[in-house]
Amino acid sequence: MAQGDDAFVEFDRVQKSYDGENLVVKDLNLSMPKGEFLTMLGPSGSGKTTCLMMLAGFETATHGDIRLKGKPINDIPPHKRGIGMVFQNYALFPHMTVAENLAFPLQVRKMSKDVQQQKVKRALDMVQMGTFAGRRPSQLSGGQQQRIALARALVFEPELVLMDEPLGALDKQLRETLQFEITDLAHKLGITVVYVTHDQTEALTMSDRVAVFEAGRIQQLATPSQLYEEPQNSFVAQFIGENNTLEGVVAEIRDDTCVVKLDSGETIDAVPVNVSKVGERTKVSIRPERVEVDTKKLGPNAHTLKAEVLEFIYMGDIFRTRLRVAGIDDFVIKTRNSPDQVKLTPGSTIDIGWLPRDCRALDA
Amino acid sequence: MSDATHGPDNLTGITPDTGLKIGKSDKDGPMLAADGTPLKTSLNRALRRQKRRALMLIAPLLLFILLTFIYPIGEMLFRSVENQIVGDTLPRTVRVLADWNPDETEVPGPAVFSALAKDMTVASEEKNHTRLGSRLNYEVSGISSLFRKTGRNVDDIGENYTEQFVALDPAWEDPQTFVDIFAGPRWVEANAAYDGEGRRPTFRLAEGVGEVLPQTASIYRDFARVVQVEDDDNPAEEEPWNSVYLALYEDLRDGAAIPADFPHAALLTAAQAAVPNFATTNLQAAFVDMDKDWTDREVWRTIQTYSAPYTTGYFLNAADLQLTPDGIAWRPENERVYITLFVRTLIMSTAITVACILLGYPIGWLLANLPSRQANLLMILVLLPFWTSLLVRTSAWKVLLQDQGVINDLLVWIGFVSDGNRLALINNATGTIIAMTHILLPFMILPLYSVMKTIPPSYLRAAKSLGATNWTAFWRVYFPQSVPGIGAGSILVFILAIGYYITPEIVGGTKGVFISNRIAYHISTSLNWGLAAALGAILLVIVMAFYWAYDRIVGIDNVKLGG
Repeated sequence: MAQGDDAFVEFDRVQKSYDGENLVVKDLNLSMPKGEFLTMLGPSGSGKTTCLMMLAGFETATHGDIRLKGKPINDIPPHKRGIGMVFQNYALFPHMTVAENLAFPLQVRKMSKDVQQQKVKRALDMVQMGTFAGRRPSQLSGGQQQRIALARALVFEPELVLMDEPLGALDKQLRETLQFEITDLAHKLGITVVYVTHDQTEALTMSDRVAVFEAGRIQQLATPSQLYEEPQNSFVAQFIGENNTLEGVVAEIRDDTCVVKLDSGETIDAVPVNVSKVGERTKVSIRPERVEVDTKKLGPNAHTLKAEVLEFIYMGDIFRTRLRVAGIDDFVIKTRNSPDQVKLTPGSTIDIGWLPRDCRALDA
Repeated sequence: MSDATHGPDNLTGITPDTGLKIGKSDKDGPMLAADGTPLKTSLNRALRRQKRRALMLIAPLLLFILLTFIYPIGEMLFRSVENQIVGDTLPRTVRVLADWNPDETEVPGPAVFSALAKDMTVASEEKNHTRLGSRLNYEVSGISSLFRKTGRNVDDIGENYTEQFVALDPAWEDPQTFVDIFAGPRWVEANAAYDGEGRRPTFRLAEGVGEVLPQTASIYRDFARVVQVEDDDNPAEEEPWNSVYLALYEDLRDGAAIPADFPHAALLTAAQAAVPNFATTNLQAAFVDMDKDWTDREVWRTIQTYSAPYTTGYFLNAADLQLTPDGIAWRPENERVYITLFVRTLIMSTAITVACILLGYPIGWLLANLPSRQANLLMILVLLPFWTSLLVRTSAWKVLLQDQGVINDLLVWIGFVSDGNRLALINNATGTIIAMTHILLPFMILPLYSVMKTIPPSYLRAAKSLGATNWTAFWRVYFPQSVPGIGAGSILVFILAIGYYITPEIVGGTKGVFISNRIAYHISTSLNWGLAAALGAILLVIVMAFYWAYDRIVGIDNVKLGG
């Protein structure tokens, strides 16, 4: 994690309240190095957009400092911050052509006409929209509009670009194409990006690091793989990817394992993440794809449990099966659609198993 | 980015390009519907029912508007060119006067005075002469009294001839003699059978009498009609007018050929023999005796100029011009009011519109951007004036603005003006502009608000994030998008202002009245409806011209009253 001097963007104990009674952002500390692609991920109302707006200058922090390249920017108005921004509704000016939209930030910076033209052309080529310069935004499709919005946010060469759910209004296929294009551009240009989304797939595929927001706090700030593999608390585990939760009480804690007595009576081994003492309630999290049906494949220290098949869903590349395990009936496993895969019939009882290291004991 | 060439487009359905391609592909013939009829025909058939239903839904309103709005307005506008009163009231005079050349003789010849004597007799009996007098008085003042005076005495003209005919033979005194000569047999029969119930039978001339005694027949017919309709009397029992005897004298003098089988042929022949020896009357002198204005060439020229059934006179008058025998000319300096009034109306309406934009724009912005609770409260304040009578609001301004009014008192009290120099805020253009700006402001705010409501705040944010200052962001991004609202508000306010009446009437004094006040004056006080209609028509044309110009410049599609 970047700290201190080489931090490019830094939130230092930032708080924000709109009504003077509730904090929308509670004690936010975040620092990111230059060139990083950081995603703020969270459900709506978690404070992620407020953070972005504070960074852009459209909201003022109630308390704390926001620093850009080491300088506090709390008192700098938005138009002097030099931060590019892409909005969910694109915010292309409807009364200007594409080229005029792109030239706008250059005009307000009083660049010469030649330079403007040159930069506009380069930016349009960059998003492969060179032939659309004369069109009006209303004559473009959603995806095309978002490319133009992206080009406009980049045309004046900002070092930091903020994106507020830019792909939220697009369909799935287009979203995936643009996800790739945006990350590609960001890396090519070496810009720093703060990206806000509530779509976890988007966050995982695009980002260098993801900050998961909930109730005005960052719950976990980590790389996508850490976030998925090693969630630090049950909210993150639930929010990122699919997750099976078994509730119970900590029975024993050793250095790197703990024993959890489930409410149904079984005891399982798990990695203690944020459990501190025996007797504490805990939620044990297991990813569906880490659960093995063919228990013979697992090593000797694997857990095995009896499970009843409730529902079998065919999803093409994978099968999703809902089971009743240890008294809960929304335990889900995912199995690959491979030639040797057994097909599970509802009503049958099977053995399932997993390795203790894939099993994380989190806060209740 | 590898997809960009075939990327977004293939995901968004028909674009204009692909639409064109589809359109071109069926150039082999018209598109056919499933049953083989051309697609256009079957589409039209499907739409026709919808259209008919739509028409039926609006039919009551359409009928209502047509009857209560379009038709009366059309009729009113028609009055601006209609001028049948001169030809209808003085048919004989107008016919003879057409030959008169004002450049050759000072006043028209005796034939015209003779015709005038007959026309005026009929008109005064029907009491039409005063209406004609007021009509012609619009063109030359004084004519009204001329006609009134003449109408009182015109029945004496030709008395001389009456006496001479009666002296010749007492039969000429008998109304029955005239009935025998002029009345058609069917009327005589019907008239004898008339029992006082319902309408009297319409008088008809006897066959052939029109050719033998044309002038007398014509005036006798008028006489019979007037006696029957106006006086509800029997022409067979009423002594004819003096002008009938005058006409008879003229017909006989001019060598009427009396056929032997004509009724009272002997009587007529005897009269014809005696006529050359009759003492004559100088009709011109007789008229001049009644009013010396009958020697005024101007009067005759006016009658001649306005004898056509349709006239541009009202429109010329409305533009401070007049129709003279030499063509169109300006009215005398001291009578020119309408151009000044039109110009003033336009300038003040523009001023009011601009004032409404300046005052309304910030309010519209506030309304669109405040949280909904405060916005609703503000909206109620904006709409509040609508719940008060226009008259009350205007009167309130009178109280506020007058010399000893609230505003002047306040200004004196804070020492802004001295007690002796109180501001003249009412009974002038200032008063009108202040009061009308206040009254028309909601018509500006509402369209502005509804347009601004649709401009997402993210545009301003985007502009600022791109480096625009608050002012640049507003001026280059927000303002252009609010222009349709300004346009809609301006059209509303301007068109309402241009035809405003009550407020200028109450607070405008003489310097702050609009053209509409003048129109109202002509409708209700001077009763010159033709001029009022012409002024109204010009106002309508001006409004339409502005609308047209606006459409050309801004485009009426850009006018938004909401969403």
